Amino acid sequence: MKTNRRTFVAGVSAAAVLSGTRVAFAQKKYDDGATDKEIKIGHTNPYSGPASSYGVIGKAEEAYWKSVNDRGGINGRMVKFITLDDGYVPSKTVEVVRQLVEQDKVLCMFNTLGTPTNTAIHKYMNQKKVPQLFVATGASKWGKPKEFPWTMGYQPDYHTEAVIYAKHMLANVKDPKVGVLMQNDDYGKDYWEGFKEGLGKDVGKVVKHVTYEPTDPTVDSQVIQLKDSGANVFFNISIPKFAAQSMRKAAEIGWKPAQYLNNVAAQVTTTMKPAGFENVQGVITAAWLKDPTDKQWDNDAEMKTWREWMAKYNPNGNVGDVNYVYAYSVAFLMEQTLKMCGDTLTRENLMKQASSLKKLRVPCLLPGITVSTSPTDFYPVQAVQLQRFKGETWELFGQVMSAEGS
Amino acid sequence: MPAFPKKLLWVLLALAFLVPLLHPLLPDVISNYRLFLVSTMIIAAIAVLGLNLLTGFNGQISLGHGAFYAVGAYTAAVLMDHLAVPYWATVPAAAIVCFMVGYLFGLPALKLEGHYLALATFALALAVPQILKYKWLEGLTGGVQGIVLDKPAVPFGLPLSEDQWLYYYCLIVMVVLYWAAANMLDSRSGRAMMAIRDQYMAADTMGIDTALYKTVTFGISAAYTGIAGALSASAIAFVAPDSFNFFLSIKFLIGLVVGGIGSLAGSVVGGIFYVLVDNSAQALSMFVKNDLGLQFDLSAYTVFGILLIVLMYLMPMGIVGGVYLALRRLRGG
Repeated sequence: MKTNRRTFVAGVSAAAVLSGTRVAFAQKKYDDGATDKEIKIGHTNPYSGPASSYGVIGKAEEAYWKSVNDRGGINGRMVKFITLDDGYVPSKTVEVVRQLVEQDKVLCMFNTLGTPTNTAIHKYMNQKKVPQLFVATGASKWGKPKEFPWTMGYQPDYHTEAVIYAKHMLANVKDPKVGVLMQNDDYGKDYWEGFKEGLGKDVGKVVKHVTYEPTDPTVDSQVIQLKDSGANVFFNISIPKFAAQSMRKAAEIGWKPAQYLNNVAAQVTTTMKPAGFENVQGVITAAWLKDPTDKQWDNDAEMKTWREWMAKYNPNGNVGDVNYVYAYSVAFLMEQTLKMCGDTLTRENLMKQASSLKKLRVPCLLPGITVSTSPTDFYPVQAVQLQRFKGETWELFGQVMSAEGS
Repeated sequence: MPAFPKKLLWVLLALAFLVPLLHPLLPDVISNYRLFLVSTMIIAAIAVLGLNLLTGFNGQISLGHGAFYAVGAYTAAVLMDHLAVPYWATVPAAAIVCFMVGYLFGLPALKLEGHYLALATFALALAVPQILKYKWLEGLTGGVQGIVLDKPAVPFGLPLSEDQWLYYYCLIVMVVLYWAAANMLDSRSGRAMMAIRDQYMAADTMGIDTALYKTVTFGISAAYTGIAGALSASAIAFVAPDSFNFFLSIKFLIGLVVGGIGSLAGSVVGGIFYVLVDNSAQALSMFVKNDLGLQFDLSAYTVFGILLIVLMYLMPMGIVGGVYLALRRLRGG
């Protein structure tokens, strides 16, 4: 049979009507936190204390749910987003999460922030069988559906990212001798472990490994040590302040290695510009989100929508802060997952839907990166693409890569 | 500071033991979450009690009791995690370890008075979370990742929920510690402690071994706070360096001042107050913003701060002192 466009459209709409009626007749099922009118979502975030710069994520998500409600909610239900301050103190997280789950009776926790804080509630959430979805941490331990079927991560983990750098380096740098600068905490160690795994039997190619504390004033002496070791590759595991310092220092003392910079510090305005554009040409990093300070996305449709949303719902927000892009993308994913639940807003169905995402396009992820999960794959975003710094912007190259088996 | 009326004490104690038994009848009012919250209050109260022994009764100022709390919590966690020690045995262990740490710290602290001692303890509070992350200790402490633990299981097949049992466990420990502290303060040693606080030189002249009393008080105080730390490790079922930041020490000090310096009952009130206000400050700031619709974006700590200032202004002697004064005024007509 020949299908022209009109019959195709007719067929699709008939299917839509049919499926629509089926939904209408299906019995509504709810767990705590969901009714005909409302869906309650819990969230924790540091709004006070040393990690309070992450507070914008909670604010941005609050704004996102407001924009969802202004659009009419999710399948006609308004979202009530309850976000509480835990100050990045794990014992406090346990307290407020118990409040959210047991007193406020939320349907699920969403994008709770921090590695130690999420670790503190990991067991509790799984005992209570309350979804702990799309947690905001780059640690690699959140995708274990067998032991922890109620917990799911979101972003590509640090470990995987570091494996990719190691593989790229082995394939592209002749006779590599690697110097590593690492922040001395769990985030730094995750990268370091991944890098070692990526090197495999070539782990001996690391000739120098130096660390710094986030409270150090500079990393100058560390960079000098790296240069003196004779390294010709520089793997930089540091946050923006120290990434900028170290790359500038390397240029100053005339050390010109091949440079791999962790994604944590890959923003143009906070790292690359202060380091000096002339000093960071050719630096390689892996990305998965669009950087709002990178000019190449100025005319990008998704980023335009994002900017309009920022102007309307976060008028005081800093449009150069990648945390807003992050929050926007992860909240979009949560919205889609809830939509897919239809009228069966049970915790079990929520996990089922969250683990059956198929190549979902989430706005503000890099072109070609989609979200896929399955009952055995609890890592939503797994792909990254390498990019090289050129001029005043990042230039994507090669394929979108995803680490296998994680 | 007046002694707590005995009758009232017994009534409160009876209520504290009986009310949670109503949990199966009124699961929404006496919920597991609320029992857990009261357990954290009790734990805070024990920690404040420890600080009160040192600051309130012996006159030594400490800004670093969070450090002893952390040592207690880690002692318990390491014992449970590495040596599979049952949770109830970790309390005396934490007490012994913290007593030794406190005693040893008290030795050099003998030379420090007032503000200088405060600064030294402050340094201790800053150092401990860093030390816990140190690479040589990492195998033991789990570094920044911390240690995940199990919650105390209900013993003897008692028909209690986990949180009910945790509550009773903490309550029993507190009652024992409170009783011990009250007895100690009522003895020769207690009077010596207070004499040192009130008039150091006179106490020395009268033959009190001031050095011994000061260091031992430091040790006992640290042991109390360490026990609170061990209980918290069981209650939260997780320890990590981030849980013991410097603000924890300040929290104990706030509890101490608010409840009433130099009053045992005040320590309990202070512990309860801190947890209660800390939690309600956030609810209050959300209430102002969402329900009253006022466009003040008050952070929870702003609300907390305002409450503290008001309280200090109205009750400069702390809550227990304020209530006592109010009662006396009422009676005096």
